[in-house]
This record gives sequence, structure tokens and C-alpha cells, in this order.
Amino acid sequence: MNHCEDRSLSATTLFAEAQGLLAQGYRFEMAYARFLKNDPEILYLVNRGPGNRFLLLRVAPAEDLPSLASIAPLLGWYEREMTDLSGIVVRGHPEPYPLLIHEGLRLSAPPLAPGPDCPRWAGQSLPPTMPEIEADQVQDLIWGPIRGDVLETGEFHFSYIGEAIIHYHARLAYKHRGLENRFQGLSPERGVYLAERVSGVGSVSHGLAYCQAVEAALGIEVPKRAQLLRVVLAELERLYNHFYYFARLAKTTTLKVGAAEGLLLEERVKQINARLTGSRFLRNVLAIGGLRRDLDVAGLGDALAPIDRDGHDYLDRLSRTASYLDRLIGTGSLSRDVASDQGATGPVARASGLDRDLRRDHPYAGYPSLQFAVPVRTQGDAQARAEVRTESLREALRLIIQTVGHITPGPIRTKTESAGSGEGLGWVETPRGSLFYAAHVEDGRLTRVKIKSPSFSNWRVFPFTVHDSNMMDYAINEASFGLTIAGADR
Amino acid sequence: MPLWTWFGLKAGKAATAWPYSGPDGQDGVLGLPRLDPAHCPPSCQDCVASCPTSALFGNAENGVGLDYGRCIACQLCVETCPTEALQSSGDWAFATRDRQDLIQGATRTLAEPGTRRRAHSSLCKSLHIRHIDAGSCNGCESELSALDNPFYNLHRLGIFFTPSPRFADLLLVTGPVTHPMRDPLLAAYAAMPEPRLVMASGTCAVSGAPMDGGYAGGQGLEGLIPVDIWLPGCPPNPAALIHALLVLLERMPQRVHGGQYGT
Repeated sequence: MNHCEDRSLSATTLFAEAQGLLAQGYRFEMAYARFLKNDPEILYLVNRGPGNRFLLLRVAPAEDLPSLASIAPLLGWYEREMTDLSGIVVRGHPEPYPLLIHEGLRLSAPPLAPGPDCPRWAGQSLPPTMPEIEADQVQDLIWGPIRGDVLETGEFHFSYIGEAIIHYHARLAYKHRGLENRFQGLSPERGVYLAERVSGVGSVSHGLAYCQAVEAALGIEVPKRAQLLRVVLAELERLYNHFYYFARLAKTTTLKVGAAEGLLLEERVKQINARLTGSRFLRNVLAIGGLRRDLDVAGLGDALAPIDRDGHDYLDRLSRTASYLDRLIGTGSLSRDVASDQGATGPVARASGLDRDLRRDHPYAGYPSLQFAVPVRTQGDAQARAEVRTESLREALRLIIQTVGHITPGPIRTKTESAGSGEGLGWVETPRGSLFYAAHVEDGRLTRVKIKSPSFSNWRVFPFTVHDSNMMDYAINEASFGLTIAGADR
Repeated sequence: MPLWTWFGLKAGKAATAWPYSGPDGQDGVLGLPRLDPAHCPPSCQDCVASCPTSALFGNAENGVGLDYGRCIACQLCVETCPTEALQSSGDWAFATRDRQDLIQGATRTLAEPGTRRRAHSSLCKSLHIRHIDAGSCNGCESELSALDNPFYNLHRLGIFFTPSPRFADLLLVTGPVTHPMRDPLLAAYAAMPEPRLVMASGTCAVSGAPMDGGYAGGQGLEGLIPVDIWLPGCPPNPAALIHALLVLLERMPQRVHGGQYGT
């Protein structure tokens, strides 16, 4: 695969190889299955640290595949997903339960495996698999799938005594739309609109990671101007997402004026987005090979100046508000080890001492020519997560101005041949963390697209900060993670 | 510690009075494209081939039609059109009471005509909404939560979100209705007191597009529960949502009839 070093293995040597890679301090990023005619191939993506190419392990399982979840826990969800969607049998999994197809529901065939018909649903949804708790006065609360307020759909199970949460389980996948399956058979140009609709508030991130994956697969160079404009789009997305994040955090800590101001700043950025691109979510601009049309960023500095002033002021005030800080400090602690083992990414990982940022460690688009700082904290609590977001919001404001200063006139799109073949990896450091797309193209058609969204990683980690915490802090802790569900469910 | 209330008062009023006066906040927003078949070259079907959701339909003999209920405003057809038959526009106030009103060109008719009921007069000045995400990409949720920001300040119109379907007058549905969300959606609808209204918000909820077909998609609300107001858009912006709610309450006129955007 382009942008990766490939290594082919047999299923029998996989476990030892994985142990060796982990011993060197490398971390798995994702795993997925694809089919060559009727034979499955399992692919594992390994991050070997800043500046090093990604490593792709390719396994053609003659027999069942051994589970790596016991040594690399973050792979647990990927293996369960492979079983649900591709029908791959994973041997020795510590959590051998369905992930995306709820308990009680069945599909007539694995949807990502080759087959003549569209799979059909059967069965009735049953409660999720939860640990049995034997203790007095334990209560179970099921919250969802429809919750209060305007929120995304998800179902949350709490076992608790009084205020103390003993066990927490998040059941997602109510919003599973089978997106990876939808890409198959499309031409690469056609896939962009779909990638932009995996997660609405991540339209640029998903569109960009997809475009970069296809460009890597087909060997397409993107002109310099388009590379820098892509950075402007990505950082504008970071801005409005982070302002919304602080509005949620202020709301859950009952800081009503703070919540209103955060939402207003988000709205002002969205209105700037619309004037720049015609879309409040910056959609319909990205294309394979560059951009669909040129953008006039000359006035962007002036448009952002009041946001810059009010934004910094807003963040300063939050950081001096005792009632807000009191609710964040010590809430939802995530240790460095759990963050690393369970696959935390983005601000969540950086708040727990993991200094990882794809923009710096594996630069893409226009980032190689730009200067920016990556904030890191070690406390791992909600306050650390908020501080990391505070600084990356300030950094995004500076980065947009810096990027606009680098942009020179030039072409914005490389013309592409429609019929090509290849495999490519694309990645983006989104406001929520690392996003990967792997694209397999044959004769101008997508045969497999894998999406690894940041929220898929962070939802896996989140429950570890909820067990043994208390009910009062739950909403604040959830807001401090800044998760989306559409991206995780796909 | 900062005195938030004082800073809030000092910042002054941010709310628009739209639609009565003031800005709608949608400068530059590209809405759904305009189709003028009079400009179509003979037997041209380029836009139909470019449309990823089959919103554009037709054949060489009958010409081209456009089902706005399937349009995601991606603007690809505008880029493909060799003439000026398709043009980008700022048309986003697309709420209609009848699903058929979203279709331009007579060759596509719906199997089941959209229902059309009057909102109960007691709801017109105060409406409570229960929102349900039936599988959206969260773009719709982002715009729905924007309704509560100080700029749109939905409360000024007497419209509120409520946590329980038991207190709700309107069920506002986003997303194509995925398989696991079908039963929870029907249960929420059943839990609502009469008179109950339903709004299909966003192109996914109107027709399922672009998340229809496949093993895990949905067809939107059509044929599932009676719908009182249809609002395509991907996602509909907050002003379009306000317009749709006010059309439902008969406080603003519907702009789209027979697939044509009027004034």
C-alpha cells in the first residue's frame, strides 16, 4: 500500500510478530478485512513513531485468525467489527460479543464479504452483554437510545449504587449506515460526497483523508495552493468544533452565559465558512487531485480578527472561573497506560501525556511548511483535556493566518485519469484525533474503503474513565471527551 | 472570578429578529440548485448521470426532472451542466407540507401522496419539539443545536425542545431511519399525545438519500409515519429549520410549489 511499508505474514506467525512490534514501543492504529475474490485478507496498520513510514501487516488466514486483543487491547473492537461485517472468525477473543450488529439482531450474510444479495435483517434486539453484578441495592439505568436534548443516538447502561457508578456500558451502532459498503463499486471521484457525510461536523476531515487515500493509491500530486487551502479548511473545522466543545463543557458545568457565548462563537465561524465556501460545514470543495474550485481567502484574516479577539477573551475567562474548574479538575481521569493500550487519540491522548499529532509526526497537505505547537498535558483529567483543546484552539487561529500568508496564486487541481489501480492510505489529525482512510482501487473502481474515525477510538477508551466514578460527573466527563457517534457508527 | 452575567449584558443582544426583520445569517450559503429545462440541450442527460442520489431523473424523450426530496446540494450537477439549465442558488427555504411539492417535472409521482394536515390552532404560538436522530451524520444535530444559540434564539418564537415525547407536539426526525432505530422511533411516536405533528428534517429523513439502499440504510419517513412537513437540505441550515417550523404553524408562507421556488 502506498505510504506504507508492506509485510506479509501467515496467521501462525502473526501473534509473535505483533508481540515484537509492541515490544519496540509501536502502536497499532487499526485493522480490517478485505476480500480478494473469495479469499479474505486481514490488514493491520502499525504506527512506528514520528517520521517513520507506517507498517502494514498483511495476513491471509488459512485457518482462523488469532485475536491480538489480549496484547493490544485497542484491536478488540476492530476484531469484533471484522466478525460482524466480514464474517472473519477470530480465535481467543477476550470479549467475543457483537459490536455493530446488536445482540439478538442478525444479518443474513456478512455485508462486506462477497455475496450475490443484499443482506437482510432478522431477529429482535436484546440487551447488550454486560457483567453480572452481585451486590445489594445495585440499580440499572438504561439511558437511550433516545436521550434528552438535541443529541446523537446512543444507548448507555449504568449499574450504580446511590451516586457511585460500578459499571458503565455504551452501546452504539444505532446509527450504523454501512458506509464502508457504500463506497464499494463507486469511482474514486464519486466517493468524496459520501466521505463528507460520514460525520457532518467532520466533513472536511473525512473528505480530506479520503481524497489523500485515493491520491496515494493512484499517485496523484496535489498543487501547492490546494494543499494550503486544504489546511485552511481543516483548521476552520477545528475552530467551530472546539468552540462547540467549550459550549457543551460550560453547559454541563451549568455556566449558562459561558455556554451561550461558546455557541455564538461557533455560529460566527460557521457563517464565515458559508461566505468562504457556500457551506457552513465547508462541504463540496474538496476533490481528488485538489479542490473543486478556488477559494478567495484574501478577506479571511479580517473576518477572523473579531473571532480571534473574542475567542481568546472567552477562553481566558473560562480558565479563571472557579465553579467551572472545580467540576473539571480530577474528573474522569485517564492514565497514560490505559490511554495508550486502549487506543486514545487526539486531545484525549495528549491530555494523558501521549504526545501524538499526525500533522507534525506524519505531515500531510500543507502542514510540512507550517510552524505550530502541539499542546500536551499529563494529568489525564477533564481539566487537562479542556486545556489541550484551549491551546489547540488558540493555535488553530494562529495557523489559519499563517497559512493564508503562505498561499500564492497557482493551479488548484491536478487532472486525473479515471481508470487506475492501486492502494493508498490517507490520514488527518481531526479536532477529535487521528482519522485514517485506506482505499483499494481497481480499474477505476473502489473495491474497499476502510474508515478509522477518531471517535471509534475514543468511545472505546471513554468507559474506562466512567467505571468507579459518580453520576454527577458523568455529563461533564462525556462533554470533556468531545465525542461524536456518527463517526464511530459509520 | 469573572462575572459572566455582566460580560453577557455588556456584549449586548446578538439575536436576529428574522424573519420579521434583521439578517437570516445565511450569506453565501448555497442551497439546492435551480433547474430550468428550457435551457436543456436536446436529449442531454449529463446532470442525471452526475447526480449521486438520483435526485435528477428523466430520459431523452421526456427531459429532465428534479426531486428536491433527494437532493443533497452537492452542486455536482451545476458543474456538469453544459448550459445554464442548472444553476447554484441561495434557495434553502424548501419546507413543504406535501411531499409531491418537492418534485419538479411530472414524470415522477409518489406511490403514496404525502399527507397534508393543518396544525392545530392551539399549537401555533407555542410548540414543543422532541428531536429524534434516526441515523443522521450529525450535521443536522449541529444545526438543530445552533437554533438554541444566541443568534437564532428559537425561544423568541415560542418554540422549545422538550426531553419527553409525552410533552411534545412535534416529532422532528433526522436521519434515514436505520434498522435499529425503527422501533424506538415508532415507540416515541406512539407515546406522543394528540394532536401530534411530524417533521422530516434533512434529505435523509425525507427520502433516505444518500443513505438509502444497501443493508443498513433507510428510506426516510415516507410510508413509515404520517409527515406534516418535509424539509430537504444537507443539512438544512438553522434559518431553513425556522422557516419550516413557521410554515407548519402557518406563520410563514410555503415557498416551494410543484418543485418551483417562489418568492
